[in-house]
Amino acid sequence: MTKLIIILLSAVFINNYVLSRFLGICPFLGVSKKLDSATGMSLAVIFVMLIATAVTYPIQVFLLDPMNLGYLQTIVFILVIAALVQLVEIVLKRYLPSLHKSLGVYLPLITTNCAVLGVTILNVQDYPVNEATTFWWGYAESLVNSLGSGLGFFLAMVMFSGVRSTIEGSDVPESFKGLPITLVAAAITSLSFLGFGGIIENLFA
Amino acid sequence: MIEAILTAVIPVVIIAVICAVMLVVASKFMAVKEDERFPAVRECLPGANCGACGFAGCDGYAKALCENPDTPSNLCVPGADGVAHKLADVLGVEFEDVVEQVAVIHCAGDCAHTNDKVRYEGIRTCEAAKLLYGGKGSCTYGCLGFGDCAAACPQGAIYIKDGIAHVDRSECIGCGICTKTCPQKIISLISDVEKAVVTCSNKDKGASTRKVCSNGCIGCKKCERVCPAGAIKVIDNVAVIDYDKCPDCEDFGVCAKNCTTGCIQIADLSGLHRLKEKETEKSKA
Repeated sequence: MTKLIIILLSAVFINNYVLSRFLGICPFLGVSKKLDSATGMSLAVIFVMLIATAVTYPIQVFLLDPMNLGYLQTIVFILVIAALVQLVEIVLKRYLPSLHKSLGVYLPLITTNCAVLGVTILNVQDYPVNEATTFWWGYAESLVNSLGSGLGFFLAMVMFSGVRSTIEGSDVPESFKGLPITLVAAAITSLSFLGFGGIIENLFA
Repeated sequence: MIEAILTAVIPVVIIAVICAVMLVVASKFMAVKEDERFPAVRECLPGANCGACGFAGCDGYAKALCENPDTPSNLCVPGADGVAHKLADVLGVEFEDVVEQVAVIHCAGDCAHTNDKVRYEGIRTCEAAKLLYGGKGSCTYGCLGFGDCAAACPQGAIYIKDGIAHVDRSECIGCGICTKTCPQKIISLISDVEKAVVTCSNKDKGASTRKVCSNGCIGCKKCERVCPAGAIKVIDNVAVIDYDKCPDCEDFGVCAKNCTTGCIQIADLSGLHRLKEKETEKSKA
């Protein structure tokens, strides 16, 4: 149990997908302008990360590994994730049209989001099924890790939308306006996350 | 060799087929029914999303028109008769005439009539200026003159001259965005035929109004007495014209002639739509 909590917390703070691994930068810079769209996008990412892991992990363990098709991992994962995102979009359009409208173009964009693909591939690498662990344990670890990664993405997005709204109201030098100051702010925000390194493991030691 | 290719291709194809079937089933069962007329109806509307119709933007109005047959097709004031004609064609209902409107600013306290009470050096918007003791002018009811309305106007029909806002009626489409933007709430929409308008909103007693602005309504009720239709009432020390009673006045303009301060004026309110209509009539003739 402790191990799962460590996985969750370190996925959120230490191995934060945006601020430490630098995956999913496109939505991080593109959608973080407003708090509500940042929240919607992050919720979509959390959801997609979870179901993507839930589907791709068994595919890797029961299909690709036994058939020695590990080299097909990327293509199969992209295929499955793309289909899933489409499915989510159809379901949202039917049952939550307002959310569907507010997500707009970003939901289909998650399809090719590197953070989502990164989570699924790293899960398979970091929590493999071997002599030491059973499938269910690896599965649980992967799901917790993707939940943490999604929450980390959420945290980064919400924090950064706050940072950006502050930038918007401040007097920025002409040559820094727009993307340059945003990238500088992103760099400083990610630096602040370095401080978490090593804290989580030692909390439970 | 062939075997290795097949062991790679077949699983991927199977996964793809499963995904495809899943998507087909989902899109079949969870399809959202969209009214076929919706795009056509939406196409008729100007797309200014001004909210003059009372719905949430042009999409909202188009949706209401499709879903509820009782929705009147003449609510789009900026689009005027042209849009109403198109909507009537698409929806197959009878054409209803649109009452075109123009914006009127109920303040004529320009630099010649009133003075500033302070030198304001804050943020140059009406909204900010109003927060500081009701604005820089000595009249706290009148136009603040920073042009929040002019900035909001999609037509660029409002301009600031001599310290107050003016509406260039030949450009006004009557969307009413300015009426919502004005922090003083002194802009209103009036149907665009020639009319008498009250160009003051000061609700103070006559003497105090007189002190701050020579154009202000002092509530003397002279207009009340001379109006043959009884359409003018002094409410809260400012004359208000009831336009339902105003038309077909036998003695048109008597109120303006008799107004002690000249705050009731006769204005040609022909807006952009009426001018266009006149032009087409002319070219036909």
